[in-house]
Amino acid sequence: MATGTFTVIHPQGFHARPSKLFVEKASSFPCKVTLHKGSKKANGKSSLGLLTLGIAAGDEITVETEGEQEEQALQELGAMLTKIYEE
Amino acid sequence: MSQLITGVAASPGIAIAKAYRLQQSESVPPRKTAGDAGAEKQRLKEAVEAARVDIDRIRERTLEKLGAQKAEIFEAHLFLLDDPDLIDAAMDMIDSDGVDAAYALHEVSSSIVEVLRSMDNELLRERAADVKDVAGRVISKLEGREHSALSELDEETILIANDLTPSDTAQLDLDYVRGFVTEIGSRTSHSAIMARSLELPAVVGAGTAAAGIESGTIVILDAVEGKVIVAPSDSQLQDYQARKREYEDYKLRMQQFVNRPSVTTDGHEVELASNIGGVEDLEKVLANGSDGIGLFRTEFLYMGRSTFPSEEEQFTVYKHVLEKMNGKRVVIRTLDIGGDKELPYLTLPKEANPFLGLRAVRLCLERQDLFRAQLRALLRASAHGKLAIMFPMIAVVSELREAKRILAEERASLESEGVPVSNSLEVGIMIEIPAAALNAEALAKEVDFFSIGTNDLIQYTMAADRMNESVAYLYQPHHPSILRLVNMVIQAAKKHGKWAGMCGEMAGDSAAIPLLLGMGLHEFSMSASSVLPARELVSHLSQQEWAVLAEEALGMDSQQEVLDFVNQQLRSEA
Repeated sequence: MATGTFTVIHPQGFHARPSKLFVEKASSFPCKVTLHKGSKKANGKSSLGLLTLGIAAGDEITVETEGEQEEQALQELGAMLTKIYEE
Repeated sequence: MSQLITGVAASPGIAIAKAYRLQQSESVPPRKTAGDAGAEKQRLKEAVEAARVDIDRIRERTLEKLGAQKAEIFEAHLFLLDDPDLIDAAMDMIDSDGVDAAYALHEVSSSIVEVLRSMDNELLRERAADVKDVAGRVISKLEGREHSALSELDEETILIANDLTPSDTAQLDLDYVRGFVTEIGSRTSHSAIMARSLELPAVVGAGTAAAGIESGTIVILDAVEGKVIVAPSDSQLQDYQARKREYEDYKLRMQQFVNRPSVTTDGHEVELASNIGGVEDLEKVLANGSDGIGLFRTEFLYMGRSTFPSEEEQFTVYKHVLEKMNGKRVVIRTLDIGGDKELPYLTLPKEANPFLGLRAVRLCLERQDLFRAQLRALLRASAHGKLAIMFPMIAVVSELREAKRILAEERASLESEGVPVSNSLEVGIMIEIPAAALNAEALAKEVDFFSIGTNDLIQYTMAADRMNESVAYLYQPHHPSILRLVNMVIQAAKKHGKWAGMCGEMAGDSAAIPLLLGMGLHEFSMSASSVLPARELVSHLSQQEWAVLAEEALGMDSQQEVLDFVNQQLRSEA
């Protein structure tokens, strides 16, 4: 299992386009992807999961990957959490 | 008798037409047990595919009518159809509870909608509408109904609805729909965003009072003020017909100024820029044709979190803004925190007079780790646009020198690492302390520009707290004392070949602009919505004439005298 914590900076938080891109990326990996925000957690391959976490700019999100390609998934998904998207 | 209902003006404009009440029966599918779970799951699968065809058609229509960005809403809807937490979860429920597909999907989607609606973040709350729209469409397919509640319209109409789903809004027949009113929703609802891009007047969040509006009743929709007048009197109708014309004329007039330079009648060009507090303000800045960004407050990067933002994070944000502004100048103010603005992760000693204490650049010089991280991020970003760095709260020359020394060190260290830094980067200071205004000559020699922060300059000059209502009368931007300080700053800059700007509220004030122009202010930075009216005003003024008039105003005794003088001049020129 691999974990890392990232701070979201996209000003509108993480829904609509960023969450779609994130879920697509997460779904392209065979490993399980779980996101944690405080005591809440969600399936990283579900945009509804991401939405219900209520990710806002400045939030610290812990990403947990488990299974095949877990290291690469963690690295690429972490990078997606810490960038700004065109909206 | 007429009735007034108020709500949120979500998309500006005025419309007068008959109301059309949208019937939105929200049927809850009853709990039914299904004999054959496999067959039920197959039904759900087919309904999902049928919904997919519908949504894709709406997506294509939206793409044609409104462009790729708005069509993305429906891409997101298509995406929801594949979400493991929605359809898969409903499939699981059919298996585990032996219920039918409509009930299972309704249960699953309702609980997601509930969670989303309880969110603190308004934008996330609004996403509940997407889940409801998509799930509702699939359920309609399962029940063999049409999902869209919009029937055929055949006359000009103002739609009245509890809420409009994104797909409803995208499918509005613009030949007939003149505007809409919803009971719930906010400025960030999909329907509100769509209305703005369709330029369709809309009032949202009008509450349950809107539910009582009957189809066929004449309605005035004032989406400038956020009012709905039901069954207006003849005089109200006449009044609003005139207002509607005025509003439309005004809008057209302003639109002509979007891509024009900010030039006076005698060919003197100035910069009309915008103030921003975050990346989300950029859209308005661009839509209003700003000549640049005159003040980017960076505090938002530091607030509402538990640790300092990293250099990398800041770099991403600054670079994004510079790139978006596409070569237009962006003045970024270094951290203005401390005093009354506190950060939970930065413990500072309590102060008796926070506004006179360790804040802004004073704090940055004390806490150099913070300052250096921000400066490095700024220097790196400078290679991606036209950046100007501004230090806030400079009182004396030595503070400026110290800040510049640290900046030079960070530049040297980046350059030695081979990181590109712009050579045309400008460095300036905010003038908001009377001592700095009085010593502007000395400061001017060491900067590329000044930006006068009038909100603080007025409060420090008048010794009156802006937030204290009992002394609010002392907030006098047009007082000769303030004007003289402002003038000293502008003249000092001019004498040394530097430019002077202003980033307080005064810069967008129509009674101050002529005087500031006359004194020779080069850059006016204001809220984005003030830029076009300011550009129109400037286009009617002569810089040379106002140079003489400003001279006269500087010798007056009171704010009232100055205001009367300016207003009289403006009237006689009109």
